[in-house]
Amino acid sequence: MTITSPTKAPELGLPARSAHRAPKRASRFKPGAGQQLKGGPFAYIALAVVGIGSLLPLYWTLVAASHTQDEVLATTPPFLPGDRLFHNLDAAWTQAHLGKAIVNSVIVAGCITAATLFFCTLAGYAFAKMRFRGRGALMTGVILTLTIPPQLSVVPLFMMMADLGWGGNLESVIFPTLVSAFGVFFMRQYLSEALPYELIEAAKIDGANNFRIVLSVVLPVARPAMMVLGMLTFVQAWNDFFWPYLALNQQNPTLQVALGQLSASYTPDTSIVMAGALISTLPLLVVFVVFGKQIVGGIMSGAVKG
Amino acid sequence: MATSTPTRDAYAPPPRGSQHTPADARRQTWRSRLWRFDDKASPYAYIAPFFLVFGAFGLYPLVYTGWIALHRVEMTGMNQMEWVGWDNFDRILHDSEFWTAVSNTFLIGVMSTVPQLLVALGLAHLLNYKLRASTFWRTVVLTPYATSVASAALVFALVFRADGGLLNWALHFVGLGDTNWANGHWTSKIAISVIVIWRWTGYNTLIYLAAMQAVPSDLYEAASLDGASRWQQFRKVTIPSLRPTILFTIVISTIGSMQLFGEPLLLEGGTLGATGGNENQYETLSVYLYNYGWNLGHLGPAAAVAWAMLALLLIIAAVNWLIGRFVRTSAV
Repeated sequence: MTITSPTKAPELGLPARSAHRAPKRASRFKPGAGQQLKGGPFAYIALAVVGIGSLLPLYWTLVAASHTQDEVLATTPPFLPGDRLFHNLDAAWTQAHLGKAIVNSVIVAGCITAATLFFCTLAGYAFAKMRFRGRGALMTGVILTLTIPPQLSVVPLFMMMADLGWGGNLESVIFPTLVSAFGVFFMRQYLSEALPYELIEAAKIDGANNFRIVLSVVLPVARPAMMVLGMLTFVQAWNDFFWPYLALNQQNPTLQVALGQLSASYTPDTSIVMAGALISTLPLLVVFVVFGKQIVGGIMSGAVKG
Repeated sequence: MATSTPTRDAYAPPPRGSQHTPADARRQTWRSRLWRFDDKASPYAYIAPFFLVFGAFGLYPLVYTGWIALHRVEMTGMNQMEWVGWDNFDRILHDSEFWTAVSNTFLIGVMSTVPQLLVALGLAHLLNYKLRASTFWRTVVLTPYATSVASAALVFALVFRADGGLLNWALHFVGLGDTNWANGHWTSKIAISVIVIWRWTGYNTLIYLAAMQAVPSDLYEAASLDGASRWQQFRKVTIPSLRPTILFTIVISTIGSMQLFGEPLLLEGGTLGATGGNENQYETLSVYLYNYGWNLGHLGPAAAVAWAMLALLLIIAAVNWLIGRFVRTSAV
């Protein structure tokens, strides 16, 4: 067993903290902080099995999306991608308003992500570094809201949206998720460690007001955590199903809603449905391949399922 | 005002004033009053968006659900609310389908949460070893998290199909090839649990891994000096250190399993989803709520289902809390 030196660079997780404060203790994201036994062949074999299990359904989506329905459902299913991919994508495109759905998904996920980042950074900063009456109780309130399933409030929410004239519109999906309790919690955790009080003091001495401090001190320090939170929020908003499925309709769906409606039609064509599933999954898979390390680190530091 | 001592109060007023001339004293007090207002009000302004959004779209509807549950409201005319008292609750509590949904939700919850967390614990232990390409393995394990409920449910619908399903094709070689997964009471629950396990195991693995890496290595050294084997170290050092995290994931997974909706809705495709199979064999509470409110158009009973879910959630929370207390006290 070895004790790794605390100066070793973090292998994953959030990018290095602000240079103003050297880390005093070993970062919890460092591989050296726990047990450091070398993995034997068994570990690799087990991980490979799990890895194949993780990826196989995604591969199967691609295979099924590139064959005809009859081929997919044959007694011996195909194992290699076929040549019908573009035909099926085309069919899915016209049958399920996928073009509109993609635009809608981008709008919804983009708006939610931008708003969440802005509001959660502000709130996280307030909870991390400002003193005010009721701070502890309010933070407890924020965390408690994480435990309330959306199912409990969808019926009046649906009626409210109709009253507001937002029934079936994207506003009804965007507005309820503008800020997330998880985001507030996540930014608070990060900022209370990464933002030194000295920096805020210095800005105050220079005559900055509070909002100015947010813009020129807090936001730059918070940027790495904001990137992680942004990706997590985008993934979640992109994949959200329950409330959009209730609130939106066939004429104006997000990708997930379109996919659900495609499959709930009377005679869904399997390979066209899978082509739709492929379209809805592919953008996020690309994000995962590019930013996998940051997302992994973000989940490990956030540790709350939203 | 001392400028050199860093105070812990971020709202400490800025050090200005000592050298100002009497001429602009009035302006200074006005300004310092503004400063003080800025300091007092800013934190509330920064946290206000969260509470406004939650109040408007979370808390208010949650309470209002209770009011709707006491009325007759139809999807076709949502403005006409007719007082019916406890009728809606009466209706769902005497509906055997409701109780089927309750037990389905509970069973699928247990069948997906327990294996999921056990596998996640083992996987996290493996990933905690010093590995080549450790980031690669972590990302691969997490990949299913990138898929939506809809895509995952639709792919697994193909895997679990009775004719031409991938799983039956594979089982065919051991002579078990004709299971009608979605039709059976247990097999359909297994199918749904597999979807949940597939999507969330990687996520929980990373949470456990983060907690494992926070365990001080001296504990392991002390244990190995005392002659503890690897398995003993895992049981006597890792698991106890992870207890709060494990409890946390249990709570979160429980809440998550209360919400299962897309998996059952899309398991078979077509129109069977809204009733959770031809015998409601995999209907969950969320699907039941959807069916009442959005498929049949009766919003009153749907609201009553929501409140029944709240009651169940409180019961589960109480049980969780009791178990947590028991675990804590028995550990000392």
